Amino acid sequence: MPTPRAPEDASVNRLQYIVTRLLQMIPTMLVIMILVFALVRLLPGDPAVAILGDRVTPQAIARVHKELGLDKPIPLQFWYFLERVVQGNLGTSVNLKVPVIQLIADRMPITLGLTLYAGMLALLMSVPAAVLSALRRGTWIDNLIRAIFQVGLSLPVFYLSLQLLTVFGARLRWFPVGGVGPTLTSDLYYLFLPALSLGFYLAAILMRNLRSSILEVLDAEYVDFARSKGIRPRLVLLRHILRNALISTVTLFGLSIGQLMGGAVITETVFAIPGVGRLMVTSIFGRDYAVVQGLTLAFAIVIMVVFLLTDLVYSVLDPRTKVA
Amino acid sequence: MAAPSAAARPGRSRRLASFRPKPTLLIGAAIVLVMIAMALFPQLIAPYNPTTFDYNAILQAPSAQHWFGTDNFGRDVLSRVVYGSRIDMQIALFTTLFPVLFGTLMGALTGYLRGWLDALFGRIVDVVMVFPFLILVIAIVAMLGPGLTNMYLAVSVVNWVYYARLVRGETLVQNQSEYVQAARVMGYSPSRIIFRHIFPNAVTPAIVYWMTDMSLGILLGASLGYLGLGAQPPTAEWGVMVADGKNFMVTAPWISTYPGLVLTLAGVGFSLVGDGLADLLRPKR
Repeated sequence: MPTPRAPEDASVNRLQYIVTRLLQMIPTMLVIMILVFALVRLLPGDPAVAILGDRVTPQAIARVHKELGLDKPIPLQFWYFLERVVQGNLGTSVNLKVPVIQLIADRMPITLGLTLYAGMLALLMSVPAAVLSALRRGTWIDNLIRAIFQVGLSLPVFYLSLQLLTVFGARLRWFPVGGVGPTLTSDLYYLFLPALSLGFYLAAILMRNLRSSILEVLDAEYVDFARSKGIRPRLVLLRHILRNALISTVTLFGLSIGQLMGGAVITETVFAIPGVGRLMVTSIFGRDYAVVQGLTLAFAIVIMVVFLLTDLVYSVLDPRTKVA
Repeated sequence: MAAPSAAARPGRSRRLASFRPKPTLLIGAAIVLVMIAMALFPQLIAPYNPTTFDYNAILQAPSAQHWFGTDNFGRDVLSRVVYGSRIDMQIALFTTLFPVLFGTLMGALTGYLRGWLDALFGRIVDVVMVFPFLILVIAIVAMLGPGLTNMYLAVSVVNWVYYARLVRGETLVQNQSEYVQAARVMGYSPSRIIFRHIFPNAVTPAIVYWMTDMSLGILLGASLGYLGLGAQPPTAEWGVMVADGKNFMVTAPWISTYPGLVLTLAGVGFSLVGDGLADLLRPKR
């Protein structure tokens, strides 16, 4: 492939970096496919029977066997599976009678929105707290902030969700007790409690990391230098301390998005939010295995994309990053 | 954070002599000990039988007879919380035991031997990192069927990777050190070098992580219990208890609130112990 000639070296480099990262994703993707393919085979007995649920007839079993190629050797079955996935065919939901890909397309935006919202709230909570805590190190305010976030690390999402829902939804009626709003802006209101309970754990992780990176940066020579140049303290904090301390926190944030999305399974269940997380749980209890399989794959793909974006943001934030 | 006095005095015996754990470590250890005591001797601590229905004492608010109140079957919530410790401490152990044993072993092997085993391990790590932990565990439990045993299986299949990654990294560092090179020069066999020389030195971070991981294991187990995929009712498990009381949150909030508080407290206890150990064992500069 001819390398496109770009006006700037940096952009060529960046493009190269993106292509390299995309190529690196291929073997990972292959292993993910094997895993997701193998998942349904954990089911005891004939997968066709499990997929069909209540509608088991000899004809239906024969049809599914033919469809999935279950009479063929396993490597060939895997090949058929790959073919179907590439064509966007993830099977059909037994209970909802809708193609799985359709279900995912409908509900994934809600989960992504909730996850993003939770991530934003986590940043809004953790960054000011970490700055305050680090700058007032060893004082009562530092201890208080650290104690609150220490509890945040151990507060289960389902429990926090349930308590927030009861107190601010059912008792005080400040917020709706579940579901999503009719419009996008109303979602900010509807999803506030779910996003808060989902984001608090991440906030605790980020606060810890950012606090210790700020403390590390505070000792750096370039900070002493900036100060001795007579730059105003606020500017030193923003340009020199925070910018450098945030680098590792941004990476941690990107890497944690996956865990955050996992937590959405719980939040969505507690708050009855029609996203993919709740769909996963209802499908498990409805024995809708094609949906469970499809969702597992969808989660992995979304998070691979998020990781890619994180790497790109990182390379922009930290000019020292070179293409590996 | 680290006591400055310890920095000036190297040497293991000296360090132990100046052993002054931070108060947070002591608080954490105290919490963990109470939890373990509840798990080992619930009958001595719990005032009532945790599974006996008492239809004369349904949905009673906390009182002198029932400190944590009673649930919709008249079961004493405090007693159920105490007995619940039995299940949740078991969860802490069984979600981490296989991972810590197998994971540290694999980490040392892949880190020392490299080659195809290490390459394969690299792919496995990539994949496990790409899945949200909870999603992967839930997907496996979905296929195997809900329940504690299947949950342990599902968590173990995924969780060992984290330990292996830690020990592998540490093994790579130790591999460069002089004592390992000396052992190689002496002509020791790979297995002797791995198990007698590298492993004892590379395993420390994994042991520290084990404590923190137990707290994660408890939270994960309780979350699956809440969703109905872990321990099954009527088992007294804290996550299941929170789920049992969720329809009474407005009229009888104590049913869910107390188990959840104790669950959080257990999580705090284990993670404080983990942090405290990490502080103590971190090489002082």
